[in-house]
Amino acid sequence: MTTTTLDTATTESLTITPPSLRRQVRTMVWRNLKHIRRMPEMLADVTIQPIMFVVLFAYVFGGSISTDSTSYREWLLPGIMAQTMTFSCAIVALGLTADLNKGIVDRFRSLPISRASVLIGRSVSSLIHSSIGVVVMAVTGLVIGWRIRGGVGEALLAFGLLLLFGFAMIWVGIVSGSLLKSPEAVQGVMFTVIFPVTFLANTFAPTEHMLPALRVIAEWNPISSLVQAMRTLWGNSPPAGPEAAWPLHHPVLMTVVWSVGITVVLAPLAVRAFNRRTTD
Amino acid sequence: MTLLASARPVRERFVGPAIEAEHLVKRFDDLTAVDDVSFTVPQGSVLGMLGPNGAGKTTTVRMMTTLSRPTSGTARVAGHDVLADPEAVRRSMGLTGQAATVDEFLTGRENIRLMGALYGLSRRAIAARADQLLERFTLTEAGDKVVKDYSGGMRRRLDLAVSLIAAPHVLFLDEPTTGLDPRSRSELWEVLRELVSDGTTLLLTTQYLEEADQLADRIVVIDHGRVIAEGTALELKDQSGKAALVVTVSHADQLEAARALLAAHVAEVHVDIAARQLTAPAEGLTDMTRIARVFDGSEIVLDDLGLKRPTLDDVFLHLTGRRAEPQADDIEEPR
Repeated sequence: MTTTTLDTATTESLTITPPSLRRQVRTMVWRNLKHIRRMPEMLADVTIQPIMFVVLFAYVFGGSISTDSTSYREWLLPGIMAQTMTFSCAIVALGLTADLNKGIVDRFRSLPISRASVLIGRSVSSLIHSSIGVVVMAVTGLVIGWRIRGGVGEALLAFGLLLLFGFAMIWVGIVSGSLLKSPEAVQGVMFTVIFPVTFLANTFAPTEHMLPALRVIAEWNPISSLVQAMRTLWGNSPPAGPEAAWPLHHPVLMTVVWSVGITVVLAPLAVRAFNRRTTD
Repeated sequence: MTLLASARPVRERFVGPAIEAEHLVKRFDDLTAVDDVSFTVPQGSVLGMLGPNGAGKTTTVRMMTTLSRPTSGTARVAGHDVLADPEAVRRSMGLTGQAATVDEFLTGRENIRLMGALYGLSRRAIAARADQLLERFTLTEAGDKVVKDYSGGMRRRLDLAVSLIAAPHVLFLDEPTTGLDPRSRSELWEVLRELVSDGTTLLLTTQYLEEADQLADRIVVIDHGRVIAEGTALELKDQSGKAALVVTVSHADQLEAARALLAAHVAEVHVDIAARQLTAPAEGLTDMTRIARVFDGSEIVLDDLGLKRPTLDDVFLHLTGRRAEPQADDIEEPR
């Protein structure tokens, strides 16, 4: 090993000034995005997987699903986008358990920074992660015939609702990431719980033909409100029929209510679960 | 020698010991992991915390580095109380945990940059410092490679480099050389010695007696969460018993005669037939020369005659009734 000399200029500037929360979060996001750049396959969950679903539903099942929209493919796309955004809770949870298990969170905790920066950084980067997926979905959609038929304002509102819902899902991710002990457990729970929930909605098939009890559940599913809101704002489907449940008649409002509601209920639980996991 | 700690002049100074543990207790449900541990580490010295797996070493370090809250008692690092001012403690210490907690998907340089930014160092300072640290730990070439492709020794070195980014007063090292090959281990020891010569205070936990012997000014032996002995390596060795005189006979048929001869001059003789060895308690060198003369005047041929001082391993055996070196089937210490 060699001997190095520290020049005085560097030495003097080597003063520890606890970084601002902004810099902490920026640093955490920088780190998480580096991970995506190093392992682009991490994006498979928001790119290859949803594209596969588009192809599967648009071309394999699509023929036998009848919707009141002119084109099933056009009707399908908002559903897939909502499903992709719902899975952002899995992205958060996986990243969090991995960091917890590898001791990285402990290392962060030994630094003069706020514990919240770990969570905020994780949330911001997972929203970016999911947004990449939304862009990929939109492009895929345009290729297969999906179009935005409403105005610019309405179109942006729909994307905004999608992000708002993704924000709410982050808290689901933090709760499960803090409670579950390993990435395998996260994957297992997400696959058996969240996956079916994204199907028990109006994402891939209209709710009209479901059993009455299931239909009520599906139409009150927060994901259905989001999907209905996007379809309406983008002009991909006519308004819900008169016999549909109340949320589908007020999908924009209900998406906001659900998202805010989930956040208000889960955020304190999430912070508590994370603190408990990282305190002994 | 300037190593990395030379930034200290601009850092606030403090008086008193670098680390003080005061009656630290940690209970998990019905398990008492740390049971009334107290010790003091003067500035610029090295404390070795020696103990088997599960002795409570990691838990003690976690309490002193603000990662775990003591059930009772407290600790001060660089004059700051871990309970009253954890933020100040975090500013003045570095921690290298048991597993190398570097980010394996970042490069070595990016890992240093990550920690530097989280310490709030300026961008320029980080860049300059990263170069120095990488060079110091012979990682310059590997600096822009992803850590995933590093060897165990390289990860450890990077882990230590990352802990030194802000030139901390006090460095906690939890089993820094576990899993390293002997060469990487002695390389790491060399770096640690330089750090200490620059004034950094070190607390290191280890299961390796040699490591404690080589690096530590003082050793705290911990077992079942309690401090069972404390002192310099020499003091501990003296505590565990006197030196022994070991006589190795060349021919097995002379063993009995040698035993009889030795027994006439010492209080007690232990015979190891297989090794053709006789062991007797001895005070020191004078005993050895006295016995050497006795055998010199006899017909008995010797392979070897020597004074055996107790090793730290003997110390450990004496104190705890078991060997200290890690066993393959040892369980992980609870975290």
